[in-house]
Amino acid sequence: MPLPAEVPTATAAVPQPIVMSVRGLRAGYGAAPVLHGVDLDVRGNTVTAIIGPSGCGKSTLIRCLNRMHEAIPGATCEGEMLLGDRSVLAMDPVLLRREVGMVFQRPNPFPTMSIAQNVAAGLVLNGVRDRSLIAETVEKSLRRAALWDEVKDKLDAPGVGLSGGQQQRLCIARALAAEPSVLLLDEPCSALDPIATARIEELLIQIKDQLTVVIVTHNMQQAARVSEYTVFMLMGEMVEYGLTRKMFTQPADKRTEDYITGRFG
Amino acid sequence: MKRQFDADLDDLRCRLLRMGSLCEEMVHYAVKVVVERDETHVAAVQAWERQVNGMHIEIDEVALRLIALHQPAAGDLRLLAAAIKINSDLERVGDQAVNIAETGVYLLKEPKISLGDIPRMVEVASGMLKDSLDAFSRGDVDLARDVIKRDDEEDRLKSEIFNELVTLMQRDASAIQRGMDIILIARNLERIADHATNVAEDVIFMVLGKDIRHSVEKI
Repeated sequence: MPLPAEVPTATAAVPQPIVMSVRGLRAGYGAAPVLHGVDLDVRGNTVTAIIGPSGCGKSTLIRCLNRMHEAIPGATCEGEMLLGDRSVLAMDPVLLRREVGMVFQRPNPFPTMSIAQNVAAGLVLNGVRDRSLIAETVEKSLRRAALWDEVKDKLDAPGVGLSGGQQQRLCIARALAAEPSVLLLDEPCSALDPIATARIEELLIQIKDQLTVVIVTHNMQQAARVSEYTVFMLMGEMVEYGLTRKMFTQPADKRTEDYITGRFG
Repeated sequence: MKRQFDADLDDLRCRLLRMGSLCEEMVHYAVKVVVERDETHVAAVQAWERQVNGMHIEIDEVALRLIALHQPAAGDLRLLAAAIKINSDLERVGDQAVNIAETGVYLLKEPKISLGDIPRMVEVASGMLKDSLDAFSRGDVDLARDVIKRDDEEDRLKSEIFNELVTLMQRDASAIQRGMDIILIARNLERIADHATNVAEDVIFMVLGKDIRHSVEKI
């Protein structure tokens, strides 16, 4: 689906460049197709929300973007996906996932690790031993995830001891520690209370200055609040892709209108 | 299965249309005070105004409650936004009707004066009000556009009446009080037509999501 031409904010002089593009993406599980040829351009330093009823393929789509999808036995994926000018399918998955990080629905800090160790896990796994670099990255990532002030005095405490909302921000900090250029979030607030949800939303709005965010959400108000662009998917197809503010006041497609006004789904 | 929210939106529409028809009645009887020189309708118009004021508050409350509880989007959101604005316009139509009736009472105390094109202004303004409400009820964009077009005639009639009365008042100082009263009534009728125009613009926004207010090419 072509990228909306309109600039999302009145202050932005030129539209942000495209950082990821998808053409003719088909994916599924075994013989069961889930995505039926999706085209999508993601603009840099924006939040793009993907909405749609359960089973429409939104999670499959973002899991294809960093090749988590292919980790499932029997999963199929074909089409063209570009990160900048590099083919996603030709990249080393481990390197790709450093550049395209992911945060999941349920906060999943490593249970045996402290807060600091959780954030530094990726660095340590990649052989970084420089303690000052690790400490610096931990602080920077926790600050970017808006968690530093709450945990700076207990960095050695277990990550799983934090509240649900804090654990989710810890997972975001862990993803940010790898300095990704794109952050994918799969319903990151569905297990959180409204206050913790609001914090994550504020965080997303702040970090988009530094990277590109793609978020799958069932919460349409959340999509409306945090994103510049919204994708509406239905039965493996992209029905509508446009500026969020337009889509939530004046959707072009009747199916989008019916979904966002709660008439189905 | 019909959603409760849809039933609530239908109820809101019905409330607005009831308020609108009450405003139409108010204009109708307020004008009778002036045209038929019949003071007996003033009390009714004033009583209806209190009713309209109550509905004004009630409709705003219902609309705000629906927004808070349902976080509407798209067509539902546009309907609620339009309903809140139409509600304000209708309440002001009621105010204008009261002004006409009360000015009519002053006119009754003076010798009769020609009303000129006032009956035609009444016809245009009442027609616009009725059709704007019909357009809202049916979501009829063509009718709403037609209402907007008719506002020019009302403005022209008001200017003509104004010019005629200024000439009359210059010639005959004893007609100044009555002339000023007629000018005020013409102004009230023109305002009613303006409110009907606003309602029609809100209907276009509600149906098409297109905001045509203040645009050079309005329709």
